[in-house]
Formats: sequence, structure tokens, C-alpha cells
Amino acid sequence: MIRLIEDNDPNVFELLKELYSHAGHAFIIGITGSPGVGKSTLIDALISEFRKLDLMVAVIAVDPTSPFSGGAILGDRLRMQRHATDKGVFIRSMASRGQKGGLSRATKDAAIVLDAMGYEMIIIETVGAGQADFDITTLAHSTGIVTIPGTGDGIQAVKAGILETGDVFIVNKSDKPDADASVYELKMMISMRKPPNLKVTRETDWTPRVLKTIAQNGTGVKELANAFLSHFDFMKKNSLMDQKRKEQELLYFKTILKDLTLEKLLLFMETSEEYREVLKKIQSCAIDPLSAAELVFNKVCAFEKKLIKDEI
Amino acid sequence: METTNKIRVLIAKPGLDGHDKGAKIVALALRDAGYEVIYSGLHQTLDQIIQTAGQEAVDVIGLSIMSGAHLPICEKLIAMMKEQGLNEIRLTVGGVIPFQDIPKLKEMGVAAVFPGGTSFEEITKGMNSLIER
Repeated sequence: MIRLIEDNDPNVFELLKELYSHAGHAFIIGITGSPGVGKSTLIDALISEFRKLDLMVAVIAVDPTSPFSGGAILGDRLRMQRHATDKGVFIRSMASRGQKGGLSRATKDAAIVLDAMGYEMIIIETVGAGQADFDITTLAHSTGIVTIPGTGDGIQAVKAGILETGDVFIVNKSDKPDADASVYELKMMISMRKPPNLKVTRETDWTPRVLKTIAQNGTGVKELANAFLSHFDFMKKNSLMDQKRKEQELLYFKTILKDLTLEKLLLFMETSEEYREVLKKIQSCAIDPLSAAELVFNKVCAFEKKLIKDEI
Repeated sequence: METTNKIRVLIAKPGLDGHDKGAKIVALALRDAGYEVIYSGLHQTLDQIIQTAGQEAVDVIGLSIMSGAHLPICEKLIAMMKEQGLNEIRLTVGGVIPFQDIPKLKEMGVAAVFPGGTSFEEITKGMNSLIER
């Protein structure tokens, strides 16, 4: 099923619609951070912790697709292979297939499938992208951001972007020097962070945790699992879960709509003689790109109307 | 939306041999040929390989075997694949495989054998022809 989603199979839409009503029970955790900070190893250890609590765990591990060949090496699973034969664990690697932000819509769709299958915890590992990789927050209920000691001074921590979006911050490889300094800087950054559109902090706002871990030997992982679970409880108690779900549903709707619209546009581009002519005109400088885009857009609108007429 | 079929391959090393350079290099070559390669690493049990292949929905399993145990490993794995209903997945083997064993492997149901010395071009060509069939 996930395979069909990845391959953009035309039948998948209907199947997903059916599954959607069964989903919505899982707690989705996003794990993000730069390459090599230990996301996969950390998830491996987290799986063990959640399994101790008898929770069904699914992992979606996203790795980058090569922009040149379109191929990919999906190696996150390598670190989690000891769970391969556990029936309560489902691990699926996905290639990013050219989507920015480290996450593709296919990831969201796959999460719905796993959710409907009854997995209680879904952990999504993003491509180790970097500072602008906050797509994950539109999908996860709780986002963990992994860093390692010595990755930058205070300015890195106060930069806008990904660091504003974390719910749990993890300083992994904390046996390395300067771990405490990293923790201190992250805590500082959090204490200064204010909820959007609000001047004062409310009681119902979650204060992000900062934790030290050594994923390789499991130090601090139990606390990390607890941090995610207490964030989960906190959201449920303060009805933040519903709010988040609603927001994410809206976003999902918009993404789908965008994709569908794009599909129509591509159809127009592939089949229309006029479109090819505009391309030629741009190349021969007969028209500037701005006017060309406007022209094509108007044509698409007309094309859409014609399609509707044909259907009637 | 256009469909984006990509061939998914699981590269795994069963058993105890610890030489994974060949497997990694083949993984890279396949990536460069546009495949999505799931690299599961060293010391895999057959059960792990079967579960992984199922969860990852791969088209091809590529085993790298240099221990000399390719005959019993493939025999057992093929039996397990049948048991688990993974009939559509094709099994390929590379590594240190004596030429006289290749017909035996094929008879068992191994779709293709790429012994050491096979060029990347031959491997990707061989893989492509498996999928097209």
C-alpha cells in the first residue's frame, strides 16, 4: 500500500479515503536534525523504550533521493535492524523523491496507513536537512530536534527557523565536550521563546524539554521517551491535540488541493500546443517570463473551463 | 499526477561474513542507476531479511555472500519467501560464487547471479531485465 503511495498510483486516492476514517489514534513523533547527529540510532533506542511499554511502533525513515540519478540509498534502517523481526515494530524507508523540507506528501499518506493499521507510536525520521526543515511540524504531534555538542555559539540557537519549532531538544553524543554548554544555550533560547501572537506565556503552553542522551549506549533514552509521552499527555489534557489535528487537517487539505491543481496544470502543459509555443517565445526573447506566466495562467483557466464543458 | 515507479532493492549480507565493501559499492552503483536501495547491513538473519523485504516492499533482494554458504542460504531463503507469500520479489546473489554453483542457484529459483568481477553495467543491465520481465 505504501508502495502504491510512493509510486503515485491512481487507485491510491480512494483507498486512502477509506483508511482515513480509521486513522487518527496514533501519536506521531518527528525526529529531525543535521546529518550524523544520531537520529537513527536514537530512534532505535526509542523503539526499545516504547516496546517495553508494549506500544506498537512504526517508523518512517526518509533519506534523500539523488538529484542526479533519481536513485537513493536508504540506510537509516541499518541502525534499527535488531527490531526487524519484532512483530510490534514496522520500519519503512522512504526516499524523499525530490521534495524539499525533508518530507514528502507520501510520508503523510504513509503515516495515515500505519495509523489505520493500529500502530500507536509513529516515529518519522526526516532527511538530515538543516535549519529550514520544519515541514515535520505540519505532520508530527511532537517534534524532537537532535543536535550534538559544539555545533555553534549562541547565535545559532537564537536564529529563527527550526529551533523555534521543537518540542523536545536532544543533545546527543553528550559524552563529548561542551554538552552542558549546548544544553545551557538551548534552555536559554527556549526561555526567551514566546508563543506566536502572544505577549505572555500561558499555562497551557508546553515548555520544550532539553535532554542529554548518548544514543549508542542508551543513556538518557528512557527520559527522552518519557518526555515525548508527557508531551502527549499534556496536549491531551489541554485539548491541544484536537487543535493541532485541526490545523494539520487543514494543511493536508491544502496540500492535496495544490497537488490536484498542479496535476491539471501539468495535463495542460503536456497536451497543449500553445504552451510549447510560449516556451519557444521565452527562449527567443519574444516575451518576458512574467507576461508569459500570466498568459499561460489565463490559458489554463480557459482550458479548465473547456474540460468542465466537455464533461458535461 | 504522473506515476513515479522506482525500482526498490534490498541489499543484505546474511550470516557471519564481515566483508561489506562489495555490497556497499553495488548499492552505490544501483543508486547511480536510479534505484532506491535499502541497505540493511551486515550479519542479517534470514528472518530479518524476509521481514525487511516485506516491510520495505522491494522488487529485488540482492544478497552478498562471501562465506561459501550461498547454496544452503539461498535454498532456505527461497523456501521462506514462498512461505511468506513474497512470490513477486526476485532474488539475486553476488559475492564469491564459484561458477559451477551458478546453475544450481538458478535451478533453486535465484533470478540472477553476479559473481565477483561482474561490472556495474552488467549488474544494472541484469537487474533491469529482471524487472521488465
